[in-house]
Amino acid sequence: MRIVVQDAAFDFGAEATAFAEGRAVSGAVVTFTGIVRDVDGGLKAMEIEHYPGMTESALTDIATEAKTRWSLEDALVIHRHGQLEVGEMIMMVATAARHRKDAFEAAEYLMDYLKSRAPFWKREVTADGADWVAARDEDEDALTRW
Amino acid sequence: MDVLYFAWVRERIGIPREAVETQAGTVMDLVEELRGKEERYAAAFADISALRVAVDQQLTDFDAPLSGAREVAFFPPMTGG
Repeated sequence: MRIVVQDAAFDFGAEATAFAEGRAVSGAVVTFTGIVRDVDGGLKAMEIEHYPGMTESALTDIATEAKTRWSLEDALVIHRHGQLEVGEMIMMVATAARHRKDAFEAAEYLMDYLKSRAPFWKREVTADGADWVAARDEDEDALTRW
Repeated sequence: MDVLYFAWVRERIGIPREAVETQAGTVMDLVEELRGKEERYAAAFADISALRVAVDQQLTDFDAPLSGAREVAFFPPMTGG
């Protein structure tokens, strides 16, 4: 299990390959990558604040819980903070399991929980100024299915 | 104890963290003390349903006890991913 919180960009291809390579028990690896998108047009940048220390422990707790709920051999979470441009990769998760169902479900679980239970806050910078992104009810509701 | 503020809570109060001398028994008691300090605190803590709290870096509730706590953080609902 590897948890990485950093401001620098990460190499998605290299991370995915390193995670998938050399597996013997796991027949399935699932990866998900989140990208800064410009929904309404005019987004100049996305700023991500976090709570150093708690961020790492919250992500570790979430990944540990995923490993107890599904038959996971391994999990990877990389999440960036600081200023990001449109199109940049914000974060990725990867899961390795014997079968794909566990790998897919655990990846979705990791995504659902790190959206609303890991201490990150997004701020959108446009020509009009900067606004904190409000948490969405759907994201909170998504936790109830687990 | 150290009290930390993040995102718009940090902006409204104007500082990221401060050391607070308190005998508050629960998070809510601490909120009441902070509200009484200055208007900017009262504004930031006006609606605690819009806030989340962590004690010693663990998410918890506003009725959580503070005995032995070293660090309390207030912030809006998280928006990771």
